[in-house]
Amino acid sequence: MTAAASTSSPVSPTSPPRRAHGRGAPLPSWVLGVLGIVGFLATWELVVRSGLVEAEYLPAASAVLREIAELAGTSEFWAALGRTVRTWAIGLAIAASAAVVVGLVIGPSRFLRRATHSTIEFLRPIPSVALIPLAVLLYGTSMQSTLLLVVYAAFWQVLIQVLYGVGDVDPVASDTARSFGLGALARIRHLTWPTALPYVMTGLRLGAAVALILTVTGELVIGGGGIGTEIALANSGGAVPQMYALVVVAGLIGVVVNLVARVVERRALHWHVSVRREAL
Amino acid sequence: MKVLKSIAYAVTLPALLILLWWVLTIDSTNFYVPKPGELATTFVDTWFGERFREDVMPSVARFAAGTLLAIVLGIAAGVCIGSVRWLRSLLEPMLEFFRAIPPPVLVPILMVLIGINDRMKIAVIVFGAIWPVLLNTIEGVRAVDPVLVDTARTYGLSRWQRLRTLVLPSAAPQIAAGVRQALSIGLILMVISEMFASSSGLGFTIVLFQRSFAVTEMWSGIVLLGLIGVAVSIVFQVCERKILHWYYGQKEVQHGR
Repeated sequence: MTAAASTSSPVSPTSPPRRAHGRGAPLPSWVLGVLGIVGFLATWELVVRSGLVEAEYLPAASAVLREIAELAGTSEFWAALGRTVRTWAIGLAIAASAAVVVGLVIGPSRFLRRATHSTIEFLRPIPSVALIPLAVLLYGTSMQSTLLLVVYAAFWQVLIQVLYGVGDVDPVASDTARSFGLGALARIRHLTWPTALPYVMTGLRLGAAVALILTVTGELVIGGGGIGTEIALANSGGAVPQMYALVVVAGLIGVVVNLVARVVERRALHWHVSVRREAL
Repeated sequence: MKVLKSIAYAVTLPALLILLWWVLTIDSTNFYVPKPGELATTFVDTWFGERFREDVMPSVARFAAGTLLAIVLGIAAGVCIGSVRWLRSLLEPMLEFFRAIPPPVLVPILMVLIGINDRMKIAVIVFGAIWPVLLNTIEGVRAVDPVLVDTARTYGLSRWQRLRTLVLPSAAPQIAAGVRQALSIGLILMVISEMFASSSGLGFTIVLFQRSFAVTEMWSGIVLLGLIGVAVSIVFQVCERKILHWYYGQKEVQHGR
C-alpha cells in the first residue's frame, strides 16, 4: 500500500524545512539510505551465517541475490513478469476508466450522490479476496479471474477520489460557466475535470498499489501464471531460495509501480499549485 | 421529516437492487446465482450454529489480534523513527521496499519460517498491516509544527509530556489514515492466510464450499465477509470520530460550515 497520507487531500503538503540538529555536517540522506540497505543485507547475511536461523528456512542474502541473477537469465521468469504486469495494467485501466465515468455521472448531481451513498459505502469495504471463490467458479484459473479481483479492488479507490474531486468544484466558477452558456460537456471539460484531476491522480496512485497487491494475490491463490503463481510453485516444490528471490522481485515491482505513479502524477499536474510550489 | 428523507435516500437504491435481483431470478435455474430468499435462509443455517464458534470467531480473533499488534507496533516504531532524523534517512529506502511487497506473498515465507499455526496467521497480518501505520506515523511525526516543538521545549516539557500532548495528537489524523488502510489489508490477509494453509476459519470454509460446488453456501460466505468488512469500517469510523473529534471540529470551522 502507499503511505499516502490523507486520502482526501490530493497532494500531500510539503513538509516544513527543518534545521539540522547534529554536530558538524550531517551525511546527505541518500548516503544514509544506501548505508541502511547495506546494513540490512549484512545483518540478514550474518543472521544466517551465524546459524541463528537455519539456511533451510531463510537462505542468506547472497544466496537470494544469486538466485535473482540466475532467474533473470531465464525466459520463463520474464514471461511470468510480463504476465503479472499485463494483468495489473489491464485491470487498473478498466477500473480507472469505469470509475472516472461513473464518478463524473454521479458526482455533479446531488440527488444521485445521496441516492448511491449507502450502496457505495456498503460495497466498498467488502474485501475483494471474498470474490476469489466466485471468480474461480466463473472463469477457472484464467487471467479473467485475477482481473475480476483487481478491477473490483481498484475501482473503489479511484471512484471515491473522483467523487471527492467533483465535489470540490468551486460553486462560483460553476455558476459563471453556466451563465456564459457552456454546455454540460464543455463544463466537464473545462471546469470539473481540471478540478478533479489532482484527486483522480491520488486515486490512481492508491489504485495502482492495490491493483498490484490483488494481481499477485490472485496469481498466488488462484494460479494462472505470473510472479504469484511462480511463488506458489516454488513454495510447494520446496525451492526456498527461489521463493525468496521471487518475493524480492515482487517487492521491486511494487517500488517501480510507486515511483512511476508519482512521476505520472507530477507530469499530469505540472500546472497545479501543489507541484509548482515544490519546483520553485 | 429531514431524518425520514435521509433514511429514504439510504434505503431506496439497495431495495431497488434487491428487487431487481429477486425479479430476475424468480424463475431462473441458473446454477451460479441463488435466489435472495434462498440465500438468506442458507446464510442463517450455515453461519449461525456450530460454525460461528468454530470458524468465524477464531478468524475474527486472529484478525483483531494481528491488526491491533500491527497498529501498536507501527505507532511505536513510527514515533521513534519519525523523531530521529538520521534514523529516518537510514531506514527510509528499506521501508519503501517492504511497503511495496504485496503482503500476501508473505504467507508462503512465514509458512516456511514459523510453520502452519495461529502464530503464522497473526504474523502474516502484522507483517502486512504494519507498513501503512508505520509510514503514516513517520510522516505525521515529521510534520509536527516546529514552532510548537520549540515552544514545548522552552516551557520545559519532558520528552514524555511532549509526546503525549503534542506529537501524538498532531500526528493522529495521519495515523488514522494509516490505520484505515491497515484494517482493510488485515482483513484481506486473514482470508488469504486461511485459504492457503488452514483446516478451519472463514477463508478455508468458503474455498471448501466453492470446491464442492455448494454455490449458495459460498455466496453466503461472501456476504458474511462483506458484512465483516462493513462492520469493521463502521467501528473504525465511530472510533475515529471519538478520538479525532477536535480535528473534525477544526475542519468544520475552517470550511465555515
